Amino acid sequence: MTDDIHSTSQTNMIGKLALRWGLYILLCLFALYYLMPLFVMVTTSLKSLDEIRTGSLVALPRDVTFAAWGTAWSSACTGIQCEGLRPYFWNSVLLAVPAVLISTLIGAINGYVIAKWRFKGANLIFSLMLFGCFIPFQVVLLPMARMLGLMGMAGSITGLIFVHVVYGIGFTTLFFRNYYVTIPTELVKAAKVDGAGFFRILWEIFLPLSLPIIVVTIIWQFTQIWNDFLFGVSFSQAGTQPVTVALNNIVNSTTGVKEYNVDMASAIIAALPTLVVYVVAGKYFIRGLTAGSVKG
Amino acid sequence: MAPILEIKNLYKNYGSLNILKDVNVSIGSGDFLVLVGPSGCGKSTLLNCIAGLEPISGGSIEIGGQDMTHVSPKDRNIAMVFQSYALYPTMTVAKNITFGMKVRGVEKAEQDIKLAEVARQLQIEPLLSRRPAQLSGGQRQRVAMGRALVRDPKLFLFDEPLSNLDAKLRVEMRTEIKKLHQNLGASMVYVTHDQIEAMTLATKIVVMKGGVVQQIGTPAEIYSKPANLFVADFMGSPAMNLIPAKAKKNGSGYNVIIERAGGEPLVLHEKRTKKLPANVVVGLRPEDIGDAQYRKGRDLHVSSCQVDVVEPAGADTFVLMSLGGKEVTARLHAETGATPGKEIEFAFDMKKLSYFDADTGDRLELQ
Amino acid sequence: MSEWLERHIPKMVLAPSFAAILIFVYGFIGWTAWVSLTKSKLLPKYDIVGLFQYDRLFASPRWDTAIDNLFIFGFLFIVISMILGLLLAIMLDQKIRTEGALRTIFLYPMALSLIVTGTAWKWILNPGLGLEATVKGWGFESFTFDWLVNPDMAIYTVVIAGVWQASGFVMALFLAGLRSVDQEIIKAAQVDGIPTWRIYSAIIIPSMAPIFLSAFIVLAHLAIKSFDLVIALTGGGPGYATDLPATFMYTMAFSRGNIGQAASSAMVMMAVVFAIVVPYLYSELRAKNDG
Repeated sequence: MTDDIHSTSQTNMIGKLALRWGLYILLCLFALYYLMPLFVMVTTSLKSLDEIRTGSLVALPRDVTFAAWGTAWSSACTGIQCEGLRPYFWNSVLLAVPAVLISTLIGAINGYVIAKWRFKGANLIFSLMLFGCFIPFQVVLLPMARMLGLMGMAGSITGLIFVHVVYGIGFTTLFFRNYYVTIPTELVKAAKVDGAGFFRILWEIFLPLSLPIIVVTIIWQFTQIWNDFLFGVSFSQAGTQPVTVALNNIVNSTTGVKEYNVDMASAIIAALPTLVVYVVAGKYFIRGLTAGSVKG
Repeated sequence: MAPILEIKNLYKNYGSLNILKDVNVSIGSGDFLVLVGPSGCGKSTLLNCIAGLEPISGGSIEIGGQDMTHVSPKDRNIAMVFQSYALYPTMTVAKNITFGMKVRGVEKAEQDIKLAEVARQLQIEPLLSRRPAQLSGGQRQRVAMGRALVRDPKLFLFDEPLSNLDAKLRVEMRTEIKKLHQNLGASMVYVTHDQIEAMTLATKIVVMKGGVVQQIGTPAEIYSKPANLFVADFMGSPAMNLIPAKAKKNGSGYNVIIERAGGEPLVLHEKRTKKLPANVVVGLRPEDIGDAQYRKGRDLHVSSCQVDVVEPAGADTFVLMSLGGKEVTARLHAETGATPGKEIEFAFDMKKLSYFDADTGDRLELQ
Repeated sequence: MSEWLERHIPKMVLAPSFAAILIFVYGFIGWTAWVSLTKSKLLPKYDIVGLFQYDRLFASPRWDTAIDNLFIFGFLFIVISMILGLLLAIMLDQKIRTEGALRTIFLYPMALSLIVTGTAWKWILNPGLGLEATVKGWGFESFTFDWLVNPDMAIYTVVIAGVWQASGFVMALFLAGLRSVDQEIIKAAQVDGIPTWRIYSAIIIPSMAPIFLSAFIVLAHLAIKSFDLVIALTGGGPGYATDLPATFMYTMAFSRGNIGQAASSAMVMMAVVFAIVVPYLYSELRAKNDG
């Protein structure tokens, strides 16, 4: 009797251990699947063209060379110009920083109004804004192109900032509104009794409480705006293109020899800012992604 | 002396919903008014209207003799303490208390003086540089009161400030509020759903139900002369016994007949009034039904009833019996020999009987 | 006077954003809808002619391909991402020691621009120098993986890249959902002797229905908007074999100078999104307002 129990529990333990090991191995394989492209990008960018042509995709570089990076940054061709990614990287910065800050600020104020200063129609306005987040932007491309032309902002970075702010309002308002809804309204009442008005309550009471959601919103907006391509390619010109458009130009340019290492280096350069933000503040990034989605 | 708060014909609607209907209340300086009633009766809404945090749909509100119906909260000379205290989370206790003064543009020096005074009064000096998150429930309540005190208002408004505290703390803080009221002589309007709080704190009580004022009176009046069945049942613990009965004229008085299951009805001889409808509800508090052994006196009707349940409660013993189809509670001495199933002699205090119209539920005045 | 101001400040503050949304979202949708009913080519004409553009659209073989691709890509992308995401989430839920690191690894693709993703996978799937060449180099001479340049298979490369990008997000959603299940229910089931896999299939997964819905909505939305990925990965090719409505619209608008077709294709995209998102939003807002 005891032998039976002993052996079954032993097989059970072995079974459990095998399962555990299987799990880890499976997870490792998946991790490889996700890391592989990054690995390939990095290694390819460090190889010479010869090595790329003769070697294997997944092999480490025999001779590490940073030449491709230099080309990518300052001399790769994006169509007619061959100035590398540097000017376009700067364009993206000029675009992203103001757009992120402005859309976050507007979202904070809007969220504050909708969450704490209910008035007739506030919910309807919120629903309309929310729906605006979901539209496929193709449906506004044509009229926006015309409107930017009429406003004298066609092909300019200012125009792009404007576009990103307008279409970012929906999301930023959603984030702040959901956050402010969790702050008790009695706080507003107490402040009213104390004599504070709309702006003072926002400035002295709500904004100091908002650091977590401000971080989430900024990270989310920065990632969206930096990584955007559709608005960039539709509303910019040769000199004002953001880095994603420039990257695509470099990779898909039909002139000359395909320099795969330069392509990869360019891709990494374009991806670096959002990747760094992700690694450093990933927790907040995930919170932004799941904001409103999990609770439903 | 002019009333410190006067509410006339106040109506409040929310869309098509009637939240408050024709409310009329006035209190004098130094009064402690308690608005009490079940959830949803409109008491908090009324308080918010007095504060000016909610607009009203009809009627007027006067504070300190001035019409405040359309005045914003900060100019109404009021201060408010909220159920969750609503302390500003990112500010220190000191900043919480002086925030209102800062908004009003009061000189820093004066702010400091008033802060020190209030801190001393409420014994919160050691807490001044802490944040609300670092305070206990009782401490937060004191800070909230400090914030109110520093405004030097004509009227203090309290919105269920003790509901978030545990039972023991609640009793402690209740006493503190009563002491504060006595020391300051301030006028207070206090909202609660707990009728014990209402009875112990108030100088005047407003009982509300469904947005309508049921009765306004002193705790004693509310207790002994409830205006209708609802007030009779809601206020006082244990609740007043409400027993259906039939009234039959008997000479210049009435025979009030209460059915008893499987036995002779209990007949009370009411001599105080000449008018009673046929169907009445008799109201009598448990402490007015005693053990005939120990209760002597005039105006006692003695009758023998069968005991259903015996509930010892320390100094008293509560005994339940069945009258008029209802469970009636009597408060007896601890040494009563009552046991379930036994018949003992009860003394009903005829002076304390209340009568209510069985149809309308209103109190019947004795004429 | 200032009381009136106090009462209306919230509305006044919200007004500019609201006006912006009205004009730049709803107004623009209206404009595009209008143009889709005209004969506009290079420049917009405003005389409504009826459903001419839509007839043209639905008769166009290129649009047919785009729509077919949308269904193929959409279906595979959503289903595979959900399965993979769920699988990863369940695996990570097993109290793995390196969970934090693994989560970071699975999720980082979401932080990348789709252009970067497309570029990377374009390289990996390069027939001559990418995966195919590598596997051949390992000795499998007959291995072919030329999907990227094969008109019939190219759309599946978009699926591969898309799943790589989005499954981490689905995993994050599901993991949060798995963890939000009441632990006491699980303990009760364990005491009852129910095997782990059964606990998942019978208790946990059914209780996550709302999250499945959320994930579906987000993925569907991503699928319909897919533009960047296709441009970078295949450029819509070979030919227009990997065209999607989004790329079709862009080509019509900016390369072919056919605003009418661009507008009509955009409106069809709008209609698809509308049909999926509106019922979802409606039920969500209902729940939020009631609660």
